[in-house]
Amino acid sequence: MTAGSNGGLDEAIGRRRFLGYVLAAPTLVAAAELAPPAPAADARLPSPELTELLDLTDVMTAAALPTSGLISVEVNPDGTVSFALPRVEVGQGITTSTAMLIAEELAVPLERVRVTLADARPELVFNQLTGGSNTTIATYTPIRVAAAIARLRLLAAAAAELGSAVTDLTMKAGMIIDRSGGGIDIGALAEKAASTKTRQVAVELTPRGNFAVIGRPHNRIDALDAVTGRKKFTMDLDIPAAKPTMVCRPPTINGTVGSVANLAEVRTMPGVTDVVVISTGVAVRAETFGQCIDAVRALKVSWKPGTAEGKSDESVLRELEAAELPLGLRPPAPTVEGKFTFYFRSNSALEPNCAVADVRADCAEIWAALKSPIVAQRTIAAKLGLPPSRVAVHVTEGGGSFGRKLFFDAALEAAEVSQKIGKPVKLMWHRADDSRQGRTHPMATSRVRVAYAGGTVLSYKQRHTSVSTDLGHGLGEIITAMAARLPVGDIGFSQTFFHLSQAMSYRFGASSQLLSETDKGFNTGSMRNVYSPDVTCARELIVDQLAARMGKDPYRFRHDFLRDDRSRAVLAKVAEAGGWGRPMPVGTAQGIAFHAEYKAVSAALVEIDCRPETVNRPIRDGVTGPRVTKAVFAVDVGLAVNPRGLEAQVMGCIMDGIALALTSSLHLDNGHFLEASWDNYFYTRQWNTPPELQIIIMPSTSEEPGGAGELGVAASMAAVACAYGRATGTMPTSFPINHGTLSFVPKPTVPPIPQSPADGLNGAR
Amino acid sequence: MPEHTFRVNGEQVTVDVAGDVRLLWVLRDILGITGPKYGCGINVCKACTSHINGRAVNPCAIPVKDLRPTDEVTTIEGLPATVGEDLHPMQQAWLDHDVAQCGYCQPGQIMAAVALVRRVAAEGREITDADLDGLRNICRCGTYFRIREAVKAGAENM
Ligand code: FES
Ligand code: FES
Repeated sequence: MTAGSNGGLDEAIGRRRFLGYVLAAPTLVAAAELAPPAPAADARLPSPELTELLDLTDVMTAAALPTSGLISVEVNPDGTVSFALPRVEVGQGITTSTAMLIAEELAVPLERVRVTLADARPELVFNQLTGGSNTTIATYTPIRVAAAIARLRLLAAAAAELGSAVTDLTMKAGMIIDRSGGGIDIGALAEKAASTKTRQVAVELTPRGNFAVIGRPHNRIDALDAVTGRKKFTMDLDIPAAKPTMVCRPPTINGTVGSVANLAEVRTMPGVTDVVVISTGVAVRAETFGQCIDAVRALKVSWKPGTAEGKSDESVLRELEAAELPLGLRPPAPTVEGKFTFYFRSNSALEPNCAVADVRADCAEIWAALKSPIVAQRTIAAKLGLPPSRVAVHVTEGGGSFGRKLFFDAALEAAEVSQKIGKPVKLMWHRADDSRQGRTHPMATSRVRVAYAGGTVLSYKQRHTSVSTDLGHGLGEIITAMAARLPVGDIGFSQTFFHLSQAMSYRFGASSQLLSETDKGFNTGSMRNVYSPDVTCARELIVDQLAARMGKDPYRFRHDFLRDDRSRAVLAKVAEAGGWGRPMPVGTAQGIAFHAEYKAVSAALVEIDCRPETVNRPIRDGVTGPRVTKAVFAVDVGLAVNPRGLEAQVMGCIMDGIALALTSSLHLDNGHFLEASWDNYFYTRQWNTPPELQIIIMPSTSEEPGGAGELGVAASMAAVACAYGRATGTMPTSFPINHGTLSFVPKPTVPPIPQSPADGLNGAR
Repeated sequence: MPEHTFRVNGEQVTVDVAGDVRLLWVLRDILGITGPKYGCGINVCKACTSHINGRAVNPCAIPVKDLRPTDEVTTIEGLPATVGEDLHPMQQAWLDHDVAQCGYCQPGQIMAAVALVRRVAAEGREITDADLDGLRNICRCGTYFRIREAVKAGAENM
């Protein structure tokens, strides 16, 4: 792994000064206000490719600007530095990268930086949404400005204390040292450097050439807590009287309760304290979750229909066909065409939907891992009939998200239950609930047509048709709010989002990519990398076809048609590191793919083994299938704040890409999903993991950091699909490739959740 | 209500709860030991993996009445004490390889890894790729590759 640095750029740009504040407080508190001017405001439109000049990242960063100044860094008398991050950590490593920014500017050891997650802060408006791989991009400058102001104040206080000029002082490992070697800890200066008045301060940031922390690999600051079991997730919190609560859910998607035959009886079951009908089912509160499971299973409920009654994969496929936008007349030139189907997928994290709620007559308190806490606060307040100011929303660390925690389904439910029974609840979805009633990546089709003549590609058209993606969690509001500043007119925000996230990276002549959506009856959401994995997979498969038709090697073809050096560099890197073109046995092959997004470029090379002895290797209750035996991934995100963290994110993205291409999908049957377990929904497991994996972080070409939490999924999925096509000699058109085979026996829908086995001691190994 | 007595992380405990309540809930909801995580409740995801008498089990599938007073339950919280250190070598390997992302699966991953290494050592052999392929624990963050590296490194020091 290499992480480059480029000090020269600073000099070229000149040292910019930023404004921030020292806040009136008993200890030193510095806050940042200013970030670089919004590039979105006066962007013109010289080409039909919107994404070239203005991608989603710009839109979100611009929206965040007016309130960025409210974030503050506090130096404590014990020498620690605290910062409440207005984002949520769900595994992506942002508490670590944030601590690194502060450690850089303040020259304190990382261990002394305490990053917590801020409660919902309505005054932050748009600046408290974790999504679109945007956290690092939006907070990179403001956090450093706040920390740099703290540094200035500490230096001034130390100068007075040590009787030395500021220019004679250096900061090192949390100490300020003068020329004679005398030193003072920043903790001892925390109160002396405090201000009695709030005042504005101008500051310069550490130039890139001097970075000692940013851009170097660092382990996660929460790793020790994670490996010792001390890390606290929502269900691990000890909130007084918040007892386990589960919901008996309908047998079909979004069904509702008609009547319950045995409420009173279930209320008397062992451990059960309350049973109550709510808008999504029948809630049960008990002493233990085990007793909740028993009670949920005992409930006799008659259900009303849901929002997808009678629907199945086949019927949705017909709906999609009806909604597909035309590709237009076939051009008078040779064409390559393809149509691809992508089935529903689950974005369940390992931690299921969950929340703690304590609702009183005139106020409420909520604890949950929330990516959009302000929207959650507003919505919960409306549901409870309380003013938002009376609803405290605490953001907890989440056990994964993948887009799921943009929504707050469990928090809303927990609030409803707590209000109805007048007691605090610790509400958790059963795995079966999470899989069957939770958010999904919508089913979609993608139709592609490319026209070429000689060695030139004349046009590229892609029509992506999808079940509606629910963006109603704040991301949609951001884009709507910024719409006036966008050169896209009045098209709806999902189309806007689609435009903004899809770049046409190849010189393919006139290109048009359009999205149309249909059917709002499903619980969907922005699953990791949203539209890109499917859109890119379809495109890259067609690129392979096109290359073959034009008599070119898939790698050479891509290299020839990519638009810029940065793109070609990542592609060339994986080709070289992965040994592109090496001879491979029959039934195995390489695949290569490219994807650009979030101001970043990426390329993947994989090798796949589709030989029968591999495909049919036995694994109990698992889908084995083709094995990706090697994955090589190169990424250029611009400045990588923490290359080790970036590498981790890319690793996860590769596992997601493998799952999306080969094994993981939901089967819709008669209004419900069949999957109810991790042994039904085949996310990548150890037996699907590539034994060889190489991730290359390219030397940075940019001064600004790029986002990375989801970037790697698209190229990975596409490369696996391309490799599969080359190994089997047939281009796959339906994903995941094993969707046609149901590899498990579906669990009943009534009762909605399975009983826990009782033979666990027999399995001791 | 019936009482059940067993040992957890070196201490004798007695709980007063119906005998069919699974050990996972006894640990989490009654004893407040939250290292073992819930991910499925049906012995599939392995997020709750802990040890009984040194062997890996899934408490979500063990009725508390099945435990004998002498049975020693070890959760992630009690793992370091089994080697008399602040951290078990497998936990150290996890730190060295910076395995955890969200961290939710990791207590179960580590407990499963320790049991695997012990089993393989008892068979007098080294860990193979097939052994690693056989780890069933889900990691939805996809940390599988670093897990493989960490298990091998941890095994060296066990
Ligand atoms: S919760 Fe025990 S195996 Fe999943
Ligand atoms: S680290 Fe998140 S599930 Fe494994």
